[in-house]
Amino acid sequence: MDAATDQTITINMGPQHPSTHGVLHLLLEIDGETIVRIMPDIGYLHTGIEKTCEAKFYQQVVPLTDRIDYLCPMTNNLTYCLAVEKLLGLEIPPRGQWLRVMLNELTRINSHLVWLGTHALDIGAMTVFLYCFRERENVLRLFEAVSGQRMMTSYFRIGGVALEPPLDFFDRVKKFNDAFPEHIDEYEGLLTENPIFVNRLKGVATLTREDAIALCATGPTMRASGVDVDLRRDAPYTGYENFKFNVPVSDAGDVYARYLVRVAELRESQKIVKQALEGMPEGPVKADAPKVVLPDREKMKTEMEALIYHFKIVTEGFTVPAGEVYQAVESPRGEMGYYVVSDGTAKPYRVHMRSPSFANLQTLRKMCEGRLIADVVAAIGSIDIVLGDCDR
Amino acid sequence: MALEPALTDLELLQSHPEVAALVAWNAAVVEGAKFDRNELSIYVERTALRGACAALKDDRQVQYDSLSDLTCVDWTPSEPRFEVIYHLFSTVSKKRVRLKVRLSEADPAVDSLTPIWPGANFFEREVFDLFGVRFNEHPNLIRILMPDNWDGHPLRKDYPVEGYR
Repeated sequence: MDAATDQTITINMGPQHPSTHGVLHLLLEIDGETIVRIMPDIGYLHTGIEKTCEAKFYQQVVPLTDRIDYLCPMTNNLTYCLAVEKLLGLEIPPRGQWLRVMLNELTRINSHLVWLGTHALDIGAMTVFLYCFRERENVLRLFEAVSGQRMMTSYFRIGGVALEPPLDFFDRVKKFNDAFPEHIDEYEGLLTENPIFVNRLKGVATLTREDAIALCATGPTMRASGVDVDLRRDAPYTGYENFKFNVPVSDAGDVYARYLVRVAELRESQKIVKQALEGMPEGPVKADAPKVVLPDREKMKTEMEALIYHFKIVTEGFTVPAGEVYQAVESPRGEMGYYVVSDGTAKPYRVHMRSPSFANLQTLRKMCEGRLIADVVAAIGSIDIVLGDCDR
Repeated sequence: MALEPALTDLELLQSHPEVAALVAWNAAVVEGAKFDRNELSIYVERTALRGACAALKDDRQVQYDSLSDLTCVDWTPSEPRFEVIYHLFSTVSKKRVRLKVRLSEADPAVDSLTPIWPGANFFEREVFDLFGVRFNEHPNLIRILMPDNWDGHPLRKDYPVEGYR
């Protein structure tokens, strides 16, 4: 970057900087303490996942989708599975759908807790971080109970979910969920009206409604600027139309508004988990599609067809009718979209991941230019980026 | 939920306001349309892409005011080789439409959408980086994910999965 005048200097923030939550490199052109230009430089975590997907069978892509965003693996699993199910024209039984909704909302709670903790830590409030990670640990234990993994869950499969959850699972979710509103009160008690926190965030890094739309921002970043879009409500998928929840929106557009919107979302997610627990239907968790969905272990020991289908799916994959779909879901960070193109073989011709962090990062420029260096830290925290998601 | 066959008849698809709006704007640039799996795709002539997006954005009825995604597919060895794909989203009606532009291997270039949506910036840089498609009038068309001195465009189909060794 060329310096605009001889009075400005250009400095590097990152790639190794504690407030960037990953490997984000920012080039800052500053005039004293004021930012003249800000230029994000990404790609440090680029692993070519989209290319790798083209060399795998459809079902082998599911574990890869976990790895692009370590805070919301279930959301990524879900988006990919929904896209392939749409290509196949496959219907998921109600219990599978409700399990997906419940786990998806727990994932949102998990992701927002990490965001809240680290964001508060950046601002200087250390206690909240410890409280948030205490609850997050409980969510991770629930993930471990259901999928055997704390973070890279791969629990959602094409055609449903991998297994029926363990016997005491719903009781454990209920115990966590019933206690959770008190914990949110606890975080809010520490932050929402704390004068140091409020003064640090109010009116900082403002993003107008027009800019939010023009810069392709989505999710809480967009809703805090007054755009009332939530794909769970506006384009329901996997049975979200059966749940009642509010979509928090704020018109202020500053860091504090984004904080309030996300905390309100925590409460809404808790309500959705509660509804999912109360109304959890009985029945199978996987679709009845023997050529696509792996058979149960027990069936394979007694039925020859099940064994044959298992062998065929594992060794040859399953073919998907040619076509293309774009499936978007509301991830904790915004619109997570998968564009999957099939050419009729057992491997996807193209998998494109429209990741919310990648698009939302572009708003940083509008938020920070003309403001102080110290506000950059608050702004990065408030758009809640995950660099793995950004670089893929 | 059985799959229905895709609809490709442009006359029939004019019942969709998006297709009708584009045909009303300039019928010559609409190369075709497809309605498949509840998703609408419209093929647009490449020189008219920016105009078509502006028309869909300004149309009172459809109001596609935001760009949701932008990507590319390499169909080598068939020609035209590249298809650049735009997913537009309306924050008013919450509907989606997909615009497609076909580009030849010899001259893979299309107008940038940054004058309409500045947020197209990163997406276009990504497609340039990974496919080698150029976007005319882009303010800063440089690599974004790969290192600056990288050879080749990794998401092209003739680029081996393990890279050149």
